[in-house]
Amino acid sequence: MPLTLSEKILSNATGRRVSPGEIVIVNVDYVYAHDGTAPLAIQVLTEELKCERVFNPSKVLFVIDHASPSPRVENSKLHMLMREFARKHGIKLYDVGYGICHQVVIDECIVKPGMVIVGADSHTTTLGALGAFATGIGSTDTAIAILTGKVWLRVPESIRIVLEGDIPNYITGKDIILYIIGFMGADGAVYKAVEFQGSSLKQLGIDDRLTISNMTVEMGAKVGLFPVDNVTVKFYEDRGVKVKRLEPDSKAEYVDEVIVDLSTLEPQIAIPPNIDNVKSVSEVEGVEVDQVFIGSCTNGRLSDLEIVAKIMKDRRVKEGVRCIVIPASRRIYLQALRKGIIEILLRAGCIICPPTCGPCVGAHMGLLGPGEVAVSTSNRNFPGRMGDKSSKVYIASPLVAAVSAVEGRICDPRSYLR
Amino acid sequence: MELVFKGRVWKFGDNINTDFIIPGRYKFKAYRIEDMLPHIFEDIRPEFSRNVRKGDIIVAGRNFGCGSSREHAPRLLKLAGISVVIAKSFARIFFRNAINIGLPVIVHEELPEIVKDGDIVVVDLAKGVVSCPSRNYTSRFKPYPKFIMDILTSGGIVEYVKLRGLRL
Ligand code: SF4
Repeated sequence: MPLTLSEKILSNATGRRVSPGEIVIVNVDYVYAHDGTAPLAIQVLTEELKCERVFNPSKVLFVIDHASPSPRVENSKLHMLMREFARKHGIKLYDVGYGICHQVVIDECIVKPGMVIVGADSHTTTLGALGAFATGIGSTDTAIAILTGKVWLRVPESIRIVLEGDIPNYITGKDIILYIIGFMGADGAVYKAVEFQGSSLKQLGIDDRLTISNMTVEMGAKVGLFPVDNVTVKFYEDRGVKVKRLEPDSKAEYVDEVIVDLSTLEPQIAIPPNIDNVKSVSEVEGVEVDQVFIGSCTNGRLSDLEIVAKIMKDRRVKEGVRCIVIPASRRIYLQALRKGIIEILLRAGCIICPPTCGPCVGAHMGLLGPGEVAVSTSNRNFPGRMGDKSSKVYIASPLVAAVSAVEGRICDPRSYLR
Repeated sequence: MELVFKGRVWKFGDNINTDFIIPGRYKFKAYRIEDMLPHIFEDIRPEFSRNVRKGDIIVAGRNFGCGSSREHAPRLLKLAGISVVIAKSFARIFFRNAINIGLPVIVHEELPEIVKDGDIVVVDLAKGVVSCPSRNYTSRFKPYPKFIMDILTSGGIVEYVKLRGLRL
């Protein structure tokens, strides 16, 4: 029987052929958790499971990225709990300043194609861009995985999304995934694996793929997988790592297929309060904004910052607008610094914060006040996500965010690229 | 664990995310989960935490529990006394979190269309039957696979793993 990508990876991990619908118990290559989820996992481990020894500490990672650096004493106490547990069990902990967990595991070359990775965070799907079966789990799951090295999974049915056509220069991974979510709906892929294929893939760099896989969870997907093609092989080669191509079998079975023509796509934006309320930016042009946030595990990577710098060079953020930029990791921050991007952004009037989730999750560093409007490159826009519950968050690409910061209102970026 | 539940309905709509169940701002303020209990559904059903009774049942629309992987959400529902959640569909992390902590979650397309706030609903997990006697409604649902049923009857995956000597 021909296999989809996720069936291939899970078959490999269990040592037998698996099929959709069955529940399997798999060994995980890595399990990670952050300061929003690790404390509860530690509590389950120590209080409920009376854990003395973890299965394999080298497969466990902690990252302090959500409330980081700590804005409150309560958070500081949770951070201390993580540090103490990590020290006691020999677990690697990426402390304040390394960056957002999903980016840190990429920077450190921890994630590799074909791995099974679970993270105590819904956006663990990000890593599917590199051909890893990576999915989000809860804190109890995490505790069990830390203790036993295993996790239970239902083998998902797969949906194939075929990307076709020449990608215009104003279209980014963000526009592509927003369009797909708008089309599929917020529950359009619940319990399913989503696999991206098609002739446009060769034009789609890793950063764009990471954005796309990241947001597959916003339509309920368990994983969002890209094949390991020449683009991926080259990405690893540049880091001195050799990986093999990994593709689904040509006759693999999919429960659904969606074909998207990218050549005619317009820049997209999700209108609050729902992520599947997606329109073309041209339809909402002119909405005045108080804050622009460029960052998060969705769009805080080097190519995102590069696009923003291209727009901001010799321009200024509109007076009265706060434009907060947060590189997703220290490594990205450093790269941006070397390329002169940080200076361009600072001169344009942006605020640069240390690598953290920041305002994406409403923890700190730029919460919105009552009724305020923001354009954000993050991934969720429901009421109260980034501050007061009457604030409004429009989700868009870094390109749309940057031109909107310059204009002080939502703006179609195409006029800037002509 | 018992397998038959009878409780009063709290009715919710589609896309009830984990932030509606427990706003993120409390996640970052509270050290222990019990401290969050008064804030459950605060933004959309402020009366919930005062009026919820042990055994109550939540009936909701599509994609219940979407959003973050925050396990606090199902834990708080269980802590508040909710015995079962029935929805047209669940976000997958919420679904697995609920199973892992021993909170039964049932997918049912029709029941959410039929019952209203305050109705009494009866659920038989083993037989796979839901009913609402006052509306003369009975229907079946797909029983759980054995592995999931075993986790639920153990009272959650922690108990399940303990019973088996740390084997999964
Ligand atoms: S950046 Fe936002 S979405 Fe990503 S892990 Fe942090 S809080 Fe979650």
